[in-house]
Amino acid sequence: MINLARRDVASHLGRYLLTGFGLGLLIGVTLTMAGVYRGMIDDAKVLLRSGGADIWVVQQNTLGPFAEPSSLQDDVYRSLEGLPGVAETGNVAYLTMQVNHGGKDIRVMVAGYTQGRLGGPSFLVAGRPIAQSHYEAVADTKTGFAVGDRIRIRRNDYTVVGLTRRMVSSGGDPMVFIPLKDAQEAQFLKDNESIVNDRNRLADNPAINRPGQPDVLKAVEAIQTASHRINAVLVRVAQGHDPRQVADNIKRWKHLTAYTSTDMEDILVAKLIATAAKQIGLFLGILAIVSAAIVAFIIYTMTLGKIKEIAVLKLIGTYDRTIAAMIMQEALGLGVIGFFVGKFAATLWAPVFPKYVLLETTDAMRAFVITLLICALASVLAIRVALRIDPAEAIGG
Amino acid sequence: MTTEPAILIENLTKRYGSGPTAVDALKGVNMSIAPGEVVGLIGPSGSGKSTLLKCLGAVIEPTAGRITLAGEVIYNNAWKRTDLRVLRRDRIGFVFQAPYLIPFLDATDNVALLPMLAGVANPAARATALDMLTALDVQHRAHARIPELSGGEQQRVAIARALANRPPIILADEPTAPLDSARALAVVKILNRLAQEFQTAIIVVTHDEKIIPTFKRIYNIRDGKTYEEPGEGRPI
Repeated sequence: MINLARRDVASHLGRYLLTGFGLGLLIGVTLTMAGVYRGMIDDAKVLLRSGGADIWVVQQNTLGPFAEPSSLQDDVYRSLEGLPGVAETGNVAYLTMQVNHGGKDIRVMVAGYTQGRLGGPSFLVAGRPIAQSHYEAVADTKTGFAVGDRIRIRRNDYTVVGLTRRMVSSGGDPMVFIPLKDAQEAQFLKDNESIVNDRNRLADNPAINRPGQPDVLKAVEAIQTASHRINAVLVRVAQGHDPRQVADNIKRWKHLTAYTSTDMEDILVAKLIATAAKQIGLFLGILAIVSAAIVAFIIYTMTLGKIKEIAVLKLIGTYDRTIAAMIMQEALGLGVIGFFVGKFAATLWAPVFPKYVLLETTDAMRAFVITLLICALASVLAIRVALRIDPAEAIGG
Repeated sequence: MTTEPAILIENLTKRYGSGPTAVDALKGVNMSIAPGEVVGLIGPSGSGKSTLLKCLGAVIEPTAGRITLAGEVIYNNAWKRTDLRVLRRDRIGFVFQAPYLIPFLDATDNVALLPMLAGVANPAARATALDMLTALDVQHRAHARIPELSGGEQQRVAIARALANRPPIILADEPTAPLDSARALAVVKILNRLAQEFQTAIIVVTHDEKIIPTFKRIYNIRDGKTYEEPGEGRPI
């Protein structure tokens, strides 16, 4: 038996391919949206993985340091290291800010860490790690910085000594690693006017500025200007210990909140990017409906253009299932063309997106199945029309 | 020895609607056509020609009467076959005013489609199609797509399609309407030749004054009743 769908498509191949191409661009947008969502999750995970921590210790009763603010004393790590199962710790401070480079502001997440401890970049693609205790930085390649560049963070200039890759915040901002002390200063540094105001207030306070006791005033001033706060302590668990158990011990004995890396992933995915995920999910749903409507409309108009031929086919004895199969195959063909065009387009334009777009094979396979289902469903309307055509329409009068 | 008619129609009636608004489109039609015979079916608009054609083509159901097709009673106050598609496919050929060929198939496949639908294997169906196209002298256009054929060539391919399953009867609905005199007569000549060659009865529904004198026998339909009249049988 002749494949009617193949012959019909071949007779107007250009128009059919063009329709498939248009549909493909729409599918490409859908795949890209799914990729943006996957990219957000991956960004969140990469941030957690880059720290190399099994446990994140944060301020008590907070979801810090990304979902909520968290502030800890920077000597907390000493007591943590005394707990059983803790192999290594590292203080970290994070702040999202605009970094000036060549007169242009670039939004980055600055991460302060102690050299040789947890919290630093997990690998370098160029340059060297931070070696000096101040004013050196390692930046993600997405910042556009090069080794040797000078960047300004707050009041100080830093030299980029190394480059890393795929180190971004959950918001997709590239990371810049600097020494912890510098990050603490940058995070809690007041402007000059505030410092002068605070000094004047202290000097005017007779309880602090006592005659004959200038050291009291100096000590209070030092406390106010110095920063010994961090956002979290990262903990690596010793081999043979259960991270969950160690985290529970920290919570119980140190009056801090401790999350395993799995807990942190949940916090980032379920809390921090939940709204964005819902937004994207809704958008994906709308795109699926629009795609279905377009396919239905195209197949419907293609069928309307063949009413007389379908009437003749029915008159000369063609079975309904043969006609339905022709329409269904044409719809599925559009879906297949659309999917491959969409996949190609999404792969082509994904790197141009400012945020990371992660196109996963499983998503693509799922999209392929959904596209075929949508096309099959969309062809139902046209099939209904075709099956209702009366073969008597072929006979005039 | 009496030849069995290709089609025998007895007291065929068709009523549209019911009650006081009912319309009797056919009021007892009687016709008998022998194999190889070409008859004209004429009549004014609204006389019931199309209704009769649709009843004979098994696309609408008559109200009462009897239709016998090459010895097989296909209708006797009810259809005697359950699958009318198969009846149309295997036992009735159709030729329309416009060729109504399937534009996305070439000439051969348009003709071969019928035997293929009947379950004939593709090569055999295509061989049959080529035979039919040869009989209609369009074998040189066998692989041309339909839009590439002239109007006359398309009409011949349509006739070849009607003949593809060797039906005992062909219903031709105004097959010469869009053609000039010479071409119209050429089509009638072809129909006469094929009717003889394949022993197929052909009913030609027409208004065309150019071809009416060529029929040896004519059925004139008026107010739902047929009246048999001798034709001129003018040679073409």
